Amino acid sequence: MTATLPSGAGFTDAVGQTQALFRVLMDAMARPGSIGRMPFDLAPPAPLTPELAAIALTMADQEASLWLDPGLSAVDAVARYLRFHTGAPLTDDPAQGAFALIGDPRHMPPLDAFSQGLEDYPDRSTTLVIAVEELAAATPDNARAFVLEGPGIAERAAFIASPLPDDFRAQLQRNRARFPRGVDCLFACAGRIAAIPRSSTIIGGV
Amino acid sequence: MSAAETGPTHGYNFAYLDEQTKRMIRRAILKAVAIPGYQVPFASREMPMPYGWGTGGVQVTAAIIGRCDTLKVIDQGSDDTTNAVSIRKFFAKTAGVATTTHTAEATIIQTRHRIPEHTLKAGQILVYQVPIPEPLRFLEPRETETRRLHALKDYGLMQVKLYEDIARHGHIATTYAYPVEVAGRYVMDPSPIPKFDNPKMNMSEALQLFGAGREKRIYAVPPHTNVRSLDFEDHPFRVQQFATPCALCGAEGVYLDEVVLDDRGGRMFVCSDTDFCEERRAQGFTGTMSPDWKGEGANGGRQANER
Amino acid sequence: MYVAVKGGEAAIDNAHTLLAHTRRGAPEVPEITPAQIAGQLTLAAERVMAEGSLYDPALAALAIKQARGDLVEAIFLVRAFRTTLPRFGQSVPLDTSAMAIERRISATYKDLPGGQVLGPTFDYTHRLIDFLLEAGAEVPEPARADAGDAVVAPRVTDLLDGESLIERETRADDAPAPDITREPMEFPASRDQRLQVLARGDEGFLLALGYSTQRGYGRTHPFVGEIRFGEVAVEFVPEELGFPVPLGNVRLTECQMVNQFTGSADKPPQFTRGYGLVFGQGERKAMAMSLVDRALRAHEFGEESGAPAQDEEFVLSHCDNVQATGFVEHLKLPHYVDFQAELELVRRMRAEYAAREERVEEEARE
Repeated sequence: MTATLPSGAGFTDAVGQTQALFRVLMDAMARPGSIGRMPFDLAPPAPLTPELAAIALTMADQEASLWLDPGLSAVDAVARYLRFHTGAPLTDDPAQGAFALIGDPRHMPPLDAFSQGLEDYPDRSTTLVIAVEELAAATPDNARAFVLEGPGIAERAAFIASPLPDDFRAQLQRNRARFPRGVDCLFACAGRIAAIPRSSTIIGGV
Repeated sequence: MSAAETGPTHGYNFAYLDEQTKRMIRRAILKAVAIPGYQVPFASREMPMPYGWGTGGVQVTAAIIGRCDTLKVIDQGSDDTTNAVSIRKFFAKTAGVATTTHTAEATIIQTRHRIPEHTLKAGQILVYQVPIPEPLRFLEPRETETRRLHALKDYGLMQVKLYEDIARHGHIATTYAYPVEVAGRYVMDPSPIPKFDNPKMNMSEALQLFGAGREKRIYAVPPHTNVRSLDFEDHPFRVQQFATPCALCGAEGVYLDEVVLDDRGGRMFVCSDTDFCEERRAQGFTGTMSPDWKGEGANGGRQANER
Repeated sequence: MYVAVKGGEAAIDNAHTLLAHTRRGAPEVPEITPAQIAGQLTLAAERVMAEGSLYDPALAALAIKQARGDLVEAIFLVRAFRTTLPRFGQSVPLDTSAMAIERRISATYKDLPGGQVLGPTFDYTHRLIDFLLEAGAEVPEPARADAGDAVVAPRVTDLLDGESLIERETRADDAPAPDITREPMEFPASRDQRLQVLARGDEGFLLALGYSTQRGYGRTHPFVGEIRFGEVAVEFVPEELGFPVPLGNVRLTECQMVNQFTGSADKPPQFTRGYGLVFGQGERKAMAMSLVDRALRAHEFGEESGAPAQDEEFVLSHCDNVQATGFVEHLKLPHYVDFQAELELVRRMRAEYAAREERVEEEARE
């Protein structure tokens, strides 16, 4: 049996740790642009980051499939780790994933390649989990920042996430225009997390 | 460590629900928060309390609650009503969490029919028990139809209904479960809170989650979100005014329960929010029926939400 | 002086103690055992299994004892227990043609392969209270077929199928059937979802709906092709083995209602089917279920519809007695906050009415 066990540990206290992480995710989604702190670390096989792994282990299971970007799906140990710890079906089609794990955001597919949900059921959409290298709070006048307005935001929220595709801001604006259809994005890096749900309006030029 | 060993109740998981069920509910909550006011279908489970008695709220609370949370449960604004007691005990037993009756101390407040008088703060979560989540249900009983109407943002039926009220009665005759529009998009049922409480939903600092167990729907209002009670320019939304302050604590601008004192028409009005009332009395505020009533003006006109 | 009602917690505990005491009844009467319920009130336990959608006679019997014989309450207890159980997967489809038959009747053929097997039935009894039962009289040994003389009884619908007289119902794919307890239902529902809902639906509600179709509210021209009751083997394919292993036997009642269909542009005239399947010996429920199943297919056959039993949303949304009893009984919970809001409105509207009347009177006087 040990030969088939994947490398990399999961949660030591799955019940408590997934609850704590879910609250961070929920809070990030409820307060777009705010930076949340993930309470602990995992040791998944590279290039899967600990943040992506923690979110996958918290949210995915037999009933919620995962799409992995090419960089992640190319590494067999990553797929085995996720299958072992979540039991989630892995899919090759970005439009089929309940969650999409993106390890290389520079080359990620456009947002409209993922499931956008239906007019009658906008909830049937993909939630993107994006591993960035930089994630930090910012002031709304920072030219590099995503500046957001909308539900969950008192006035304006701003944060920096990079790297991302050059036209990502425009993609987010088109995503907002599809509301209530559209995708929701989570950005994670070094124990930090932030979200841009489809309900957020992206301020500023492209 | 097996899941069964992590909860204080032998044989059941922490907060009763199994982890797969919690994940399913958590996924629905994330979607609900991202699409404010939209009712996300979820595979509601049978709970060990009857449908219609808060199973939706209980499932939402069970999916979000952690060991560090402090839970408050109210029904009709009161911590002492039988169903509130029963649900509070359920979580004390299955999750071993701290419970409180003080609104300010709670991180999660599960409620049936009221929003507390104390303004809720960032970091607090208000979980509503919802019997009929569909605001259009009594105008159109078919799910297939109402789903289409939401998709098309076609709320003409609701406008017509409210307008007919005005034509017939001179005002809108809906006093509770008064429909709201969330973030300019979805029309939502706020659960059967009195419309007195509707304004508290608007731009609240707290996250508001709604669970309907029997009808299998979860929806949400994020903090700082526009929640507008439906109305007309010539008939703006108005809340009920009470003629007298609370007879026990003298509070004004709060929702009052009418208590019948005898069979000769004797009655008194007291705070529906029992915690709010008790705190005020502890601070020395009195009302006309307090044993130590200090007389008019003694309270300095202090009202709800003014702290 | 008004005193806020406190001590709800103590009152609840006291009520529960009183409940336990009342459940026990007079102490001089021996306490009933779950084994007695499962063995002698079998049909009650089987109804609880069917609508509780969990096959466990001992648990159903215990639930009936706990519920003081209130079957809907017992069904609720079983459901709440069921929902916490881990789910391993789906069994291999049951083969009811291989049933070890205890009862099998057909109303469409006088005799048929396997014969008419009456089995344990109330059908031809005179409904006279039997005072001998009170005295606990010995019961005579029933006549039994010789062991090894197992009844081979092909299903009536298979006989009709031989002549292509009845519609074929085969799944086009191997996709696992949806599970209404795991996925929220969406309308219009698939037939497998509908059958799942009906199988756990309230017997009384389905009985009344089935009855309504016989009285002209969505007529389906039904014949009892066959009712069979007996044991069927349940098999499961574990992922790691890849072949079916037996899990055990369950007692089932299957009803196949055969209905006339005059045909359409793309279908020749043939018989169609209404299907009922329940745990245990539940003929009334299985028959009602098959009538309602067929009624709900009206749309599929382009038949005139509009009767309550043909209305999918109406039937499926209201046939679950655990949901129905919860929501009806929740009206017992306090609603005084909303009632207060209504009181204020009615008082205000009465005041406005009185003022209007007064004005009219004044104007009349002037």
